[in-house]
Amino acid sequence: MTEIVSNNLLKGYRGLAKDVLTGLGARVWADVEVKTTKGDYVGLILPRSETADDQHMVLKLRTGYNIGVNVNTITEIKEVGYKEAHYKIPEKEFPRDPNKPNITLLGTGGTIASRLDYRTGAVIPAFSPGELYGAVPELADVCNLETIKLFGIFSEDMSPLQWTTLAKGIGEQIKKGVDGIVIGHGTDTMHHTSAILSYMVQKPPVPIILVGSQRSSDRPSSDAALNLINATRSAAYGDIAEVLVCMFGPTSDQYCLLHRGTRVRKMHSSYRSTFRTLSDSPVGRVSPTEYVVLKEHVNRRRKDREVIIDPAFEEKVSIVYYYPNMKPDIIESLVDNGYKGIVIAGTGLGHVNKPLYEPIRVACNKGVHVFMTVQTLWGYVQMFVYETGRELMQRGIVPAANMLPEAAYMKLCWVLGHTLERGKVIEMMLTPIADEITEREPHDGYLVMQGGLPEVQKMLQHLAK
Amino acid sequence: MKVEYLSDEEYQKLGLTSGIEIHQQIKTDKKLFCRCPVILHKDNNFDAVVVRHMRPTLSELGEYDGTALMEFKTKKEVVYQLYHDCVCTYEMDDTPPFLINQDAVDIAIAIAMLLGCTQIDEIFITRKQYLDGSIPTGFQRTCIVGIDGEIRCKGKPIHIRQLGLEEDACREVSDIGHRITYKADRLGMPLIEVVTERDMVTPREVQDVAEQIGTCIKAAGLAHRGSGSVRQDVNVSINGSTRVEIKGVPRVGLIGPLVHYEALRQKHLLEIRDELKSRGVTKENLKFWTLDVTEMMDELGSGVIIEHLDVGPGNRIVAMGLGKFGGLLRKELQPDKTFGYEISQRIMVIACLDGEPNIMWDDGAKRTGDINNEPWERLFTALEASSDDAVILVWGNKADVKTAVEETRLRLEDAIDGVPNETRQAKPDGTTGFERILPGPDRMYPDTDLPPFAIPIERFERIERSAGPNPFNAFERFRDMGIPDNSIKQMMRNGRWLLFDRIIGELDVDPQFVAEVLSERLRWLERAGFDVSGILDDQIFELLRAFGDGKLSRESVPLAMRDSLALDDPIEDVLKRYEMKDGHDASLGDLVATAVADGKHILNALPEEKAFNALMGEVMRNSPVRLEPREVAEVLRTALSKVDEPT
Repeated sequence: MTEIVSNNLLKGYRGLAKDVLTGLGARVWADVEVKTTKGDYVGLILPRSETADDQHMVLKLRTGYNIGVNVNTITEIKEVGYKEAHYKIPEKEFPRDPNKPNITLLGTGGTIASRLDYRTGAVIPAFSPGELYGAVPELADVCNLETIKLFGIFSEDMSPLQWTTLAKGIGEQIKKGVDGIVIGHGTDTMHHTSAILSYMVQKPPVPIILVGSQRSSDRPSSDAALNLINATRSAAYGDIAEVLVCMFGPTSDQYCLLHRGTRVRKMHSSYRSTFRTLSDSPVGRVSPTEYVVLKEHVNRRRKDREVIIDPAFEEKVSIVYYYPNMKPDIIESLVDNGYKGIVIAGTGLGHVNKPLYEPIRVACNKGVHVFMTVQTLWGYVQMFVYETGRELMQRGIVPAANMLPEAAYMKLCWVLGHTLERGKVIEMMLTPIADEITEREPHDGYLVMQGGLPEVQKMLQHLAK
Repeated sequence: MKVEYLSDEEYQKLGLTSGIEIHQQIKTDKKLFCRCPVILHKDNNFDAVVVRHMRPTLSELGEYDGTALMEFKTKKEVVYQLYHDCVCTYEMDDTPPFLINQDAVDIAIAIAMLLGCTQIDEIFITRKQYLDGSIPTGFQRTCIVGIDGEIRCKGKPIHIRQLGLEEDACREVSDIGHRITYKADRLGMPLIEVVTERDMVTPREVQDVAEQIGTCIKAAGLAHRGSGSVRQDVNVSINGSTRVEIKGVPRVGLIGPLVHYEALRQKHLLEIRDELKSRGVTKENLKFWTLDVTEMMDELGSGVIIEHLDVGPGNRIVAMGLGKFGGLLRKELQPDKTFGYEISQRIMVIACLDGEPNIMWDDGAKRTGDINNEPWERLFTALEASSDDAVILVWGNKADVKTAVEETRLRLEDAIDGVPNETRQAKPDGTTGFERILPGPDRMYPDTDLPPFAIPIERFERIERSAGPNPFNAFERFRDMGIPDNSIKQMMRNGRWLLFDRIIGELDVDPQFVAEVLSERLRWLERAGFDVSGILDDQIFELLRAFGDGKLSRESVPLAMRDSLALDDPIEDVLKRYEMKDGHDASLGDLVATAVADGKHILNALPEEKAFNALMGEVMRNSPVRLEPREVAEVLRTALSKVDEPT
């Protein structure tokens, strides 16, 4: 995160530390010799994180290491110099080549590429084409790049305003004639955004690629550069004109996978290869040297500029992750608070306990639209197999096939933004737009290999995955 | 190793200064930032592989750090071999760090205290960039727990700049072309790093200090033992040169030779610098040009060169002209290693051209290989090079050759400046090879994944209370008593230095003898196959008390120790057996009696005088300690007189 340097002499210091340092005439960025009751130190006083305690002063030693000095022990601070950090990212002009495709990068926040301030450790996001060119020069070999910063927020703070803005922004760029769109996005809710964009932006003529990174780009091992190169390649040259997520395939630096926006999910809190296509296989594989379409049926790139931009959204929708012994008041409170739609992530084939039957019946009777998905994530809802399922459907709940809970939630928000009429809602929900429901699950749609098995171990010894 | 060291005065004239960094694995059950157990695999049965690349990141000036740029040029594919039992997703940079191992922090603080360091109240985890792939994140997590310490070595104060605690890197398996392979088991193990100021001025002194620090850390009982548990980096400079760092010295005994040869290498590089200056060569007017001679080889009549080159399809051969470098490539910088070799090394590391040889050259006065005159003359002509110039041939795939040409030019520019700022790899013969350009201070930045943590005063106090005697102080104190370094090191290694202090404090015995018993004599027993840990400190104490009281002779002490180990006899019995009789000690009597009994044939076969000398020799040889010949002769004569008596 960029730290804005203020004129505050003791930035970040508070309480005791601030009092002591003020008393000693110290200020941040001062190069100092410090005498304490324990020993002496020489270094640069750094600003202090506001969440840190008020007992220590941060000093950058000549060797580059930072240490904290207990302010209670300091007897003297002598300023011998002053070296204020200046945050500046030099820009190099992004070269334009009339023979290369034109790509627009839409920024939502999060850091796609960044530079590091070594003195403070602050990460300065690089975003303008010139800045990005400095950080990932390979981009100039791929395309002509334009960047538009739509907003700057963490991905967990995304909300309808951002989604509708994004959808409209995509529409404008398509009209303008770009050859592809890349969206820089934090990874936490990337699959929510990719799902809603799949409904709001239909039949696009060019690829719309969401990309982010699991390791921040200030680290030499970051996945950011490779993800960004592969995403721009997919947008510029790729033949799949759909809303796709482009992120690391295996944890090794090999290739990225292109996932359909409605079937993708972040599955690990920190792995590079965190994004997986569930109950289906990825639509493509891309690396700096290849682009392979892995599925037979994809929407191909078109020359025209036709696209349906439909940014409808109803906010009063919730997702309920069922757990055994859930009490009726969970459903009741949603109804009482005016919620118009509920997506339940049920157990197994789509079940909840008996105490919820009645509140669900009441909710449906009151016009709340209740859909069932599965918390197993893989597989279909099937509510005929067991009595429970039938009882629930009788009370008005609608099975949502193999929609992922997040994809179903986003879809219900979008559908209820159009209509509240029950028949229409059900029809729209169950008519797939971008494979959020598929007719069949291929036999290789659920490949979660388990470690420890001899045959898997053997594979891992040879294949870097 | 036979090294012809210079005199101290000569090193002083060169202006040699040197500092060391000692990396020592410390004793913890688990790694530093994850909960993997500390296990090192001897086998190659790894369970999985992961492949990565390293990208340089930019500093705030928008510039790549020199090392970063170099590593990026090499475009290496980095392969990690993983072991199921000791590598988790943290090491592979797929999981953020767990909170730091607090046992390791305690140990590091304890060692910082022993070194007399100023303690750090609040510890910040810092990232130190390494782009060679040895750490998958591209940086090492490290922190400082003490600064400004001091030890004494032979009366001279040596300043300790800092004591760091950091995670260890992977072990390199191979580095071939554009692919480097690492074993990941060692990655993440806690290390301490002791950094001295550049206070040392002779190779011997650097080695002494390294040895003393390494020995004392182990003596404190907080570190792992065994090979590979300690590694040293040594930095060396002389007047007019820049600092060169020699990385990963595996044995202390190599430090003296390495420092010596590095000082000479720098001296020779400065001579080249001066020579270039006198020839009027500057960076601005350096004449360096190339000619792609791939298609010309036949016409040059250099079939012989082709044979040497092993030029594959699509590969290029490029000749480089080095203006006014005539006669300089052959200049020897290290034993058997020329300036030409230095260029070859740099091309090998950065351009990944690792054939042998990877370049050929002719500097007018001398050339590599056994190639005859003619082709070289034609090459000089084709390049329009004069006899004042030098020519280098390099071959390989186009991209690598391009890098090689660029690196050669950079190395020549460095030669004009003198000594390049670089890290070098230690070779077993005491010489070094190019490893990488020395990274700048810009490669340090705070770790944003972990919060700083304060060390409350109570914790310092607890660590101080549980600390044992200080080996760093003891080392120099023992030296002051006249104990030889070798004995001190042995006592520190076998842990008996604490017993030494106790005996010196409580008994009136010659410290030199005590040290001898606790070092060489124990070694003697060890070499004889005994597990000397079986003899308790208290038992040795009792034996030396008896020695102090005049009840045991010097010679009997080790024999008594042997009996106590071999026969598991109570110490009182052993004492009784070896108690002095008739002013002589029993052990000598035993030795003589054995020699006489075993030497009957000698007595029969040889004239009296010769037989006597042979038995004398036998007794002296069999004794664990040096005997007084006069005393042996007396006892032997008595014994022989008894044999001669008719029975």
